[in-house]
Formats: sequence, C-alpha cells, structure tokens
Amino acid sequence: MSRIAAKFASLKAQGRGALVTYLQAYDPDAATSLAIIRGLPGAGADIIEVGVPFTDPMADGPAIQRAAQRALKAGATLPGVLALVRDFRSGDDTTPVVLMGYYNPILSYGIDRFCVDAAASGVDGLIIVDVPPEEADEIEPQAKAAGLDLIRLVAPTTDDERLPRVLSATSGFVYYVSITGITGTRSAAKDVLEAAIPRIRRFTDLPIAIGFGVRTPQQAGEAAAIADGAVVGTAIVDTLAASLDEQGHARPDTMRLVLDQVRGLAEAVRSAAR
Amino acid sequence: MNQSAPNSFRQGPDNRGRFGQFGGRFVAETLMPLILEVEQAYNAAKADPAFMAEWRLLLKDYVGRPSPLWYAGRLTEHFRATAPEGKGAKIYFKREELNHTGAHKINAVMAQILLARRMGRKRIIAETGAGQHGVATATACALFGLQCVVFMGATDVERQQPNVFRMKLLGAEVIPVTSGAATLKDAMNEALRDWVANVHDTYYCIGTVAGPHPYPTMVRDFQCVIGEEAKEQMQQAEGRLPDVLVAAVGGGSSAMGLFHPFLDDPSVAMVGVEAAGRGMDTEEHAASLNRGRPGVLHGNRTYLLQDGDGQIIEAHSISAGLDYPGIGPEHSWLHELGRVQYVGATDSEALEQFQLCSKLEGIIPALECSHGLAHIAKLAPTLDRDKIILLNLSGRGDKDIFTVAKHLGVQL
Repeated sequence: MSRIAAKFASLKAQGRGALVTYLQAYDPDAATSLAIIRGLPGAGADIIEVGVPFTDPMADGPAIQRAAQRALKAGATLPGVLALVRDFRSGDDTTPVVLMGYYNPILSYGIDRFCVDAAASGVDGLIIVDVPPEEADEIEPQAKAAGLDLIRLVAPTTDDERLPRVLSATSGFVYYVSITGITGTRSAAKDVLEAAIPRIRRFTDLPIAIGFGVRTPQQAGEAAAIADGAVVGTAIVDTLAASLDEQGHARPDTMRLVLDQVRGLAEAVRSAAR
Repeated sequence: MNQSAPNSFRQGPDNRGRFGQFGGRFVAETLMPLILEVEQAYNAAKADPAFMAEWRLLLKDYVGRPSPLWYAGRLTEHFRATAPEGKGAKIYFKREELNHTGAHKINAVMAQILLARRMGRKRIIAETGAGQHGVATATACALFGLQCVVFMGATDVERQQPNVFRMKLLGAEVIPVTSGAATLKDAMNEALRDWVANVHDTYYCIGTVAGPHPYPTMVRDFQCVIGEEAKEQMQQAEGRLPDVLVAAVGGGSSAMGLFHPFLDDPSVAMVGVEAAGRGMDTEEHAASLNRGRPGVLHGNRTYLLQDGDGQIIEAHSISAGLDYPGIGPEHSWLHELGRVQYVGATDSEALEQFQLCSKLEGIIPALECSHGLAHIAKLAPTLDRDKIILLNLSGRGDKDIFTVAKHLGVQL
C-alpha cells in the first residue's frame, strides 16, 4: 500500500479527516524550510504538500507568488527540492509527501528521470497544476511506472460530464479546488462544500481533500469533516511571511510560529465530528 | 529538423490543439471546461455565415479594411543606391497600421468580441504589452457596451502612456501588474488569474497566437485576412506572388496572419524577425526561437526563454509588443520544420529603420515592425531587382515616439 493510501486508511479507522499542509520548498531558505517540514508531522500535519517554486505560478495568489520569489532567490531548483524531500524522508518513513507545482520545471528536468528520482527521493504523489487530463499522457505512464500518485484537481467548474474523465486519471486522493479562483483569495461556504463533495463521491471511492480558501482551524475542521481532508496553504505561508525580517530572512521564531499554527489546525481537524 | 515535411503546412492543429509537439491545453482544471467551451463556440461561430458576415462588415465599415498594399518606392531606391549592380528587391508594405486603432490587433479582437457576445459574456479581459491589443479590445468593448479590464505590466504602463490614456478614454479599466518584471508575460499571468476567478461572466480576449488551444488557431484564423488580402492585392499589383514575406514576431500574430495563407506556396520564402534587444548573444533579448528551447507556459508548449531549471527568463526589447519570452506554438512548429526562417534585429537596428522609414516613406512605423524593416535593410540589397519583399507593416509608431525620443536623447 502506498503511503498516501495507508495514511487515509489509518485516519479512516480513527474516524477523522486529514490535515494537509502546504509550504513552498526553500521558503525562505533551504535550511529553515527543511526544519519546518521536519516539524510538521509532530505538529499534526498528516500529509505534507511541498510547493515547487516556479517563476510564473498562474493558479496562485500573491502570497504564494511571493513565496516562490523568495524560494527562487534562495536558490531553489527542482533537484534541490528533491534533495529536501530525501532529507525529510531519512527521518520519517510514513508521512506522505506530495509535490505541487507547474509543469515546466519537470519538463526541463526530463519527465522520465524526474519520476524515477522523485520516487527514489521519497515523493509519494504529484499535483501538476497545468497538466489537465487532456494532457495526462505527457507524464502519467512514467509516474505510474515509478509508483507516484497523480493527484488531480477537481474544480466547481468540472461538470458531471467531465468528472468521470478527470477522476479516472486520478490516484492517491482527489484535490477539490473549492472556489473558482486562485489560491488564498476567498473561501467557499460550508453549505456549498456540503453539496459539492457528495457530487464527486458519486464518481469515485478515492479520498477527497478540500483546498483553496481553507484558512482557519474552524474551516479546516469543517472541510476535513465534510470531505476526507483539508489542505491549508496560503494561511500558513502568510504566517511564515509575516515572521520574516525586512530582508525576507527567517527570524528565530519563524519555525515556532508556523508549527504553532499547524498545531491549532490539527487540533480542529482532530476534534471535528465526522 | 528531423521531421519530414507535411503535405500541407496549413492543416494544423490536430484535435488536441497541437502543431507537431507544440501547442496543447496546459491549463488548470478550473479553466479547462471554459477552454473547451470557447473551442466549441468558436467552431460553431466560424461555420455560421451570419457570424462571419457580421465580422466582415465590421472589418470593412469600422476597421477600414481592406488595408492597402503600398509599394515603398523611395525605400526601395534607397537600398538600391548602395546595393551591388542589379540588386535591390522591390519593397511592399501591407498597411495594417491604417486600421482603426492603428494596428492589426483589431482584426481578431472584433471577431473575439462577437464570439464573447454569442457566449453571453458581459465582461472582457485582455493582456497587453505595447497597448495596441488593449486599445483594440477597449475599442470593441466601447462599441458593444461591454465591460473591459486590461492587464498591463507596470513597466509597460510607464513606457506606453499614450495607449494607457487611450484605453481609459475608451472606458476600459487598466490594471498595472507589478509581479515579475511587470511586462507582457506577467500581464498574461494576471489575466489568467482573473479569468479563473471570474469564469462565469468573463471572456479572455487573447491578443496573440499563443495561449491554450483554441486561441493560437482562432487568433490566426482571424488574422489571416491580412495574408488573404495581400495575396490578391499582389496579384493585381505585380501579377504574381511575392518572393519573401517579412514580419516581426513577438507572440507572432501579425506574422502568422500574413504567412499562413502563403504557407503552401513553395516559391514564397518567409522570415520572422525576433527582437534581439541589445544583441542575441547578450542576456537582453526576446529571441525565444533563436535562443530558447521548448517548454510549457501560458497554456501551450512552445519555445521559451528559460534557465537550466525551467524557470522563465524575462525578455527584453525596446518594443513593448515584442517583449515576451515565448512565441505562438505554430511558429515553433514552422521553425523546426524550416518552413519559416527566424532571425533577429536589435533595438538599435530597429531604431534606425524607424527613422529611415519615417523620412523616406512618410510612414512612422511601430517599433515592432521596425524590426521587420531592419531585416529588410539587410535582405533587400542582396536580392535581384525583380524580386519582391512584402512586409507586414503591422502598426503605426505614434505610440512609440516618446520611447524613441528618449533613446535619441530628445526632450519632448
């Protein structure tokens, strides 16, 4: 069983949803980024999404755009991101790690080599924002062969006609983009989510995580209860950014502030009724 | 160039929106249903005689088409004067700068706005570099009473003030984009972000032959009016096809519009001129075909300026309209097949021809097409006198006089 499947199975047995946290690799620098990621499972993150920095993050709002700029300035590259995951993996063999990013850095690295290297580094799944099912044959065979899950985005605009096609190309879990919009801009109402998730469930048995616009512990708790997981990204990136000094460097309490926030989110997810 | 030549260069794209390996639909899932809807609406519209008739009427009575074909006699003689004996090709201009709003952009904008209306969209967004596409979009929105929001890099807002003011006069909202280098690439990112957030009422009017399928095809099809007219006009003027077509390429809409109708005429050579900025071998240029490599950005696979890690590199050109690190996917395909030759012209070469054309022909060309003129300055003296070069004079240079004055050290 893959780490992702094992994690969702174990959480199901515990009767709760997953807290999925998102941070950009190398934000604000390689060492701080690794230290925070290492601290995430202990703070209650169930699945770790690692953003791969890209110059042109078209689906991301200003907070994650700035995070990408900080990361690139700190020297982030795709090989560097894989090394970071390897370092994390040397101390944690169970927490799933999902890389989220855009296609061009992967294309530039070489698709075959990337899938092999990512799997060898301990990556469990990929979310490639700008590779929709229509272009899936670009990377699907290689990802499958390497044992990587391809996690697809489902959006409010994905209608019933399209859903089966999107879901059939998905493995690991389904990432429900809860708003039409970019990351970190607005949030979907609880009743909207309560209607949206059953619609997807009719077409899949895979776990569903809700992301985009999940910011507060309350929202995370609700999302994890309505679906099978909540993804919190921008809110954590905001905390990290606010903790930096004027030059954009980490301060001594950067890591603590980020992990404290994750603890709060984890507590809400754990106490949310299913 | 390891591919074999196809039977026709005009059959693309395939049903995935690809020209060979280039093109496609690399967008987030939120946009994907919309892209499919645009494709469906476009296919229905182009098969609808009423839609095409309405567009043609607008082109004739509002845009002022057909645009004239002009024999640039004084420029021809100028190059002949210093050319070797018997050399100095005849130079013609396809005068797209005479269109309403001063550039070729309006051709495809009119059609796209009609399409947006057909789709019931009330809000139009556009990206713009030099401002020509923004002005054209703002114009069409004014004509049809639609809300218009134009994304423009803050750097370009600064260097294209007259066009910014024009757009505002036309009732458009101009949003300066400060991310990245604050030029065309970043404006396109921001327009795509806006579209994702406003899928239900908004149509994205893309200005060039790039972006996700069907945009490269759709914009090309609507710009082909340039080449179709030119073909007929050249028959009337010279009784034959031209020998060489020349056009500047940023995203490549003006070049594609001129080239495409001639692609299957083997006697016609074609040259796309990229912005070589401060020199192709410096780090400041916009020569994505000559100095880039294939990648994926803004919804399509195409040649891009990028570093070894696949991060996009900022382009540079004196011309805001060419200042883009990518190019339309069909150009990438034609480049690899060798059907079109892509060369470069520098900022200073373009500046020189900007002035020369103004003085000799009484036509102030846009800095974009001044790059095409710069290549003609090199090419014409090497060709026999009976050869014919046709340039797409895609825009007028009024918008550039401030930039040019600054470079020439003139205070306005």
